[in-house]
Amino acid sequence: MRLVLVGISHHRAPIEVRELMAVPSDEAGDLAAGLAENGEAVCLSTCNRTELYVGDASAPEAEERCASALVARSGLDRQIVLPLLYRLSDEAAALHLFRVAAGLDSMVPGETEILGQVRAAYEAGAPGPLLDRVFRQALHVGKKARTDTAIGESPASVSSAAATLAEQVLGDLSGTRVLLVGAGSTGGLAARALTARGGEIAFVSSRTTERADALAHRFGGQVVPLEELEGVLDGVDVVVSATGAPDTVLRHDQVSRTLGSRRGRPLFLIDIAVPRDLDPRIHELEGCYLYDIDDLQGVVDATLEGRRREAVRAEAIVAEEAARFRDWQASLEVVPAIASLRARAEEIRAGELARAEGRLQELSASERRAVESVTAQIVNKLLHLPTVRLKEAAAGAEGPLYASTVRHLFGLGDDHAPQDR
Amino acid sequence: MAELLFWPALIAYGEAAVAYIGNVKRPGRLGTAATWGVRLGWLAQSALLVAQAVRAEGFPWGTWAGSLNLFVWLVVGAYLVWGCRTPFRLLGLLVMPFAAALLLLAWAGGGAGEGEPSRYSDLFLVLHVGLVLAAFAGFTLAAALSGLYLWQDRMLKRRETSTILRLRVPSLAALDSIAARTITVALPALTLGIAAGAARILGQGGGFDALMAFTLVTWVLYGAYLLLRVTADWRGRRAAVLALLGFALVVLVRVALPATHFAG
Repeated sequence: MRLVLVGISHHRAPIEVRELMAVPSDEAGDLAAGLAENGEAVCLSTCNRTELYVGDASAPEAEERCASALVARSGLDRQIVLPLLYRLSDEAAALHLFRVAAGLDSMVPGETEILGQVRAAYEAGAPGPLLDRVFRQALHVGKKARTDTAIGESPASVSSAAATLAEQVLGDLSGTRVLLVGAGSTGGLAARALTARGGEIAFVSSRTTERADALAHRFGGQVVPLEELEGVLDGVDVVVSATGAPDTVLRHDQVSRTLGSRRGRPLFLIDIAVPRDLDPRIHELEGCYLYDIDDLQGVVDATLEGRRREAVRAEAIVAEEAARFRDWQASLEVVPAIASLRARAEEIRAGELARAEGRLQELSASERRAVESVTAQIVNKLLHLPTVRLKEAAAGAEGPLYASTVRHLFGLGDDHAPQDR
Repeated sequence: MAELLFWPALIAYGEAAVAYIGNVKRPGRLGTAATWGVRLGWLAQSALLVAQAVRAEGFPWGTWAGSLNLFVWLVVGAYLVWGCRTPFRLLGLLVMPFAAALLLLAWAGGGAGEGEPSRYSDLFLVLHVGLVLAAFAGFTLAAALSGLYLWQDRMLKRRETSTILRLRVPSLAALDSIAARTITVALPALTLGIAAGAARILGQGGGFDALMAFTLVTWVLYGAYLLLRVTADWRGRRAAVLALLGFALVVLVRVALPATHFAG
């Protein structure tokens, strides 16, 4: 059984082509079932890639089937699509899937969403013994890469960096009160990241009443005029500011005056506006931590740099697992030969006992059991070493040669026993 | 027997200290190895203390070196309560080298060998020495938490966040709160320990020495820490600095002034 992968991804194809081949999650199962025919198939479709994994006796036929399916899905000319596709088989295909699951093939290394997408594809697909094994191993590799290395280290976006730093100052954000000033898109994302971790938008403010009302409608919270921000500072723990105002929205002296009534509670301020909304000198006040867009981007860059460094270690884990898959797949070549050999030996043993039935009738029940046991042991001992050697050979390139030699020497024919060990 | 138990304890604490250093470089398995070092070392030291108590048929840690041995056990025991959780592993970097060094010092001073019976009653020693040492162990942990707070505050102010995020350091709020809670528990223990000592002086006589004076100053300082926290909202940096000042006094009392107090 061969493992075949045909796919398209952000590495080689523009978004205009990729989006034509994207497979919605509710259609992935049907596509996989159609490709499986007499084998097995799984369709993995994310925003960066559409990949078809097929287990089939014939690799070229499976490849052609997958490529045709992708061409048909795109609706584009075959000559346009084919050069954009990549085709991998066996160990290389497994290695690719393991890299995908570990987040090594993603635009942001180590991103965690992909692992759930791989799991969903596996569950929706039509896996048999081969794809069942390779996808379960991929999920294991994805987890292992993230636990044994820091490739999944957070945060990887400006909004999550803001929320992570807020946690670093304030601890658990449950019940944390947030003042949201302005309605910039990044500010909105930061507010969402804070509320997702338990924060509560207590106040919203904007340059116009309409915008402030819109913010309150979107995020909740009480509307506060921009000129009255100082009055609510003692009741919040986090300030997120993202207005388009040309001047400072919150000055150093305004924050300084509220420190007494804050009773020593720290204040975390996020300024995502350009030009900046918050006086940079606020950061100098005791218990105040002000991070602007460049600071947050710096945090993200450092994280991504760290992830890239860790990717080297994750690659080693992935390569090791791919080698394990190769050994397992190679063992499939010899398993039918081993099963046939043992079946043949058992057949001979049973036949010889049947031929000697006349002479064995004189034996007592316990003596007959002893004869059965001794002959079975002889067969087992004779076949033990050849079985071990065949399995060892399967791990290398000599597996098929050994398997055919055994078949030839013992006249086993080409009948295949079940392939999964 | 006691010697046999001392070395495993010291080696385990040493292993924990080294592993915690390695854990800073590469967080993960070394942190786990360090945690096990702390646990096993503390068990070995517990057995050492039991062996000493059995041998002396009483409270054998009345000497300076003996009390240092007990002090290390209390510090590591208090750290074990919550310090082995992943976010607090960085704290082990401060606590375990300190514990290993003091245990070695206790051994060098003869405090980790066969325990000797004291001329004081066991009840007095447990109340006085035991409670004062338990309080000092709490102050030591509070100092480690405060040191970690000041370091992280400095990093956040400099916007050098990669290290604190990589090491998953506890939040400033958590460090501040746990340090305050530790001192809140330790100060009453110190109060009772001092009261036991004072009661003995009043009942049986005795002089007022430098160690007693510095212990009282320590008590006043930690009392001020809690008072300022409640009445003047001293939290964060100021509270952390005060806790470290208090710890400087603990070190002075614990290490530099023993000769005036431990007469037998």
